[in-house]
Amino acid sequence: MKLSDIQSKVESTFFKEHQKALYQSLEDKHTTIEEMDDGDPLTAKMILNMGPQHPATHGVLRLVLQLDGETIEKVKLDIGYLHRGVEKIAENKTYQEFMPYTDRMDYLSPYSNNVALCAAVEKIASVEVPERAHYIRMIGCELARISSHLLWLGTMVMDAGAISFFIWTFKEREKIYDVMDRIAGHRFTVSHARVGGVANDLTDEATAIIKEFTASFPKELKDYHKLLDRNRLFFDRNEAVGVLRTEDALGIGATGPVLRACGYAYDIRKFSPYARYNEVDFEVPTRMEGDNLARYFVRMEEMSESIKIIQQCLDKMPKGPVRTDNAKQAYPSKDEVYYSMEGMIHDFMMTDTGICPPEGAEAYHAVESPKGELGYFIQSDGTGHPWRLKVNAPSFANLQVLENILDGEMVADTVVIIGGVDPVMGEADK
Amino acid sequence: MSLELSEPLQKVVDSLSEKFSEQLIEVYQSSGDTFIRIENSALIDICTYLKEDLGYIYLSDIVGTDRYTSDDRFEVIYNLLSFKDQARLFLKVWCDEENPELESVANIWPGANWNEREVYDMYGVRFKNHPDFRRIFMPEDFDYFPLRKEFPLLGIPGSIELPNTTPDTD
Repeated sequence: MKLSDIQSKVESTFFKEHQKALYQSLEDKHTTIEEMDDGDPLTAKMILNMGPQHPATHGVLRLVLQLDGETIEKVKLDIGYLHRGVEKIAENKTYQEFMPYTDRMDYLSPYSNNVALCAAVEKIASVEVPERAHYIRMIGCELARISSHLLWLGTMVMDAGAISFFIWTFKEREKIYDVMDRIAGHRFTVSHARVGGVANDLTDEATAIIKEFTASFPKELKDYHKLLDRNRLFFDRNEAVGVLRTEDALGIGATGPVLRACGYAYDIRKFSPYARYNEVDFEVPTRMEGDNLARYFVRMEEMSESIKIIQQCLDKMPKGPVRTDNAKQAYPSKDEVYYSMEGMIHDFMMTDTGICPPEGAEAYHAVESPKGELGYFIQSDGTGHPWRLKVNAPSFANLQVLENILDGEMVADTVVIIGGVDPVMGEADK
Repeated sequence: MSLELSEPLQKVVDSLSEKFSEQLIEVYQSSGDTFIRIENSALIDICTYLKEDLGYIYLSDIVGTDRYTSDDRFEVIYNLLSFKDQARLFLKVWCDEENPELESVANIWPGANWNEREVYDMYGVRFKNHPDFRRIFMPEDFDYFPLRKEFPLLGIPGSIELPNTTPDTD
């Protein structure tokens, strides 16, 4: 049976052109394989559609797999099911108005996204951020990293077969929600960063709960290590599975923990330090193997590095304002808005016009989000709305890696590998 | 405008202007980032040179923009990284509205594959010799390029066929 027959067998009900192109593209991948035989079902070839509605695909990811028995011969990814056109929305909003949309991109670590956008706007509009705000942002980003990695850990281990683990990591994640609640007033989509600083200072209560978390979390992390580090079943499911070779990793554009698990210590926090990452001491964990197990170790070590960073930030954090005191660049504080005429006008102007970077300016600023390099490219036309705002999403880059590393794996390992790559569709689909 | 280039970037600009003096259009800086605009025809040569000889082995992103001008309407920006020099460089090309077409760099950086598809999907810039040239976010049945400035924010009614909301009764 030729594969081209597949297209006649598939009767798509809608997006006909799209389905046709997708199957055609699958057919064209590795064109050396041509004949498909029908015989023993265990050796027979088949096309398996996985997703977009599938609990193990971490969102609306669709994979079209060509199987030979249980081995994946080749695979094509179909993304875009969560495409909301945030870049188009951004062009019609002020920078500050767009900020809450970033929460909904990588919805597992909203804080990093807020900071990424605000830092890019600050770069293009030359806004100075107060020292204390930098430290608050770093604390928020590192908490977001732990939160995101905890979700990855829970789901990835669940994909490998251990259900109860998911509940334990969510217990810790729940604590981070509480911390975020105290910091920002929201548990999930925090929207805490502002252009020129952050929305509000840390209260004593928030500082106390962060300290409590940083004190208790390493113990939990140790328990996770104890459970998984020498676990035969976990090793069998992850070792040498989903291998991304070191020599391919850069060319294919891998980023974040996926790249670091291949031996490249590429971390934006070290490569071009933003906020005050050059003043704290931390390591960039790497592994050489490039398989799922290596990614596990990299992310686990990153969590303990994050705790180290948070503790250093709490020690080093100076007193002072948390938002720049320039009404042309940032929102005035609420005290000013409620009790003075100028404050009210400035608040109105910021909401109506917003911050206006110089005409023709362009800037790219990247932060190290839990998934990898998250960059915002902004072109300004001198108004309060960006002319062009491009999100360089790490999940998008890593999904492309996924399309390449799945070939030759077993079909049962698909979900584990997706879990190991840890994509978030909200971000990849924009 | 005087440039304040860091040492490694100065070296890149020097060697590019020596080797590709004809094809280099402008070099400028904005908000601390360095942009180099080149002729479309030299894209492959310059990219290969940047990767092989100057160490720009990592393509971080490809950005398409709509300049909304009558000539050279679309702009494609390649976001390149060199780990050796710890430097980031932006390479720009412009293309016409009539037949926006560029050479694909997916043979130089395989990771460009999806990024180029995204530029095509959003702006309609075509890439020659691309290994898997399709749209990426929008379905193939969609006839417009949504990030072009003339595309309305609310979308075009009827441009996307939506599944039937009432369940089939057969």
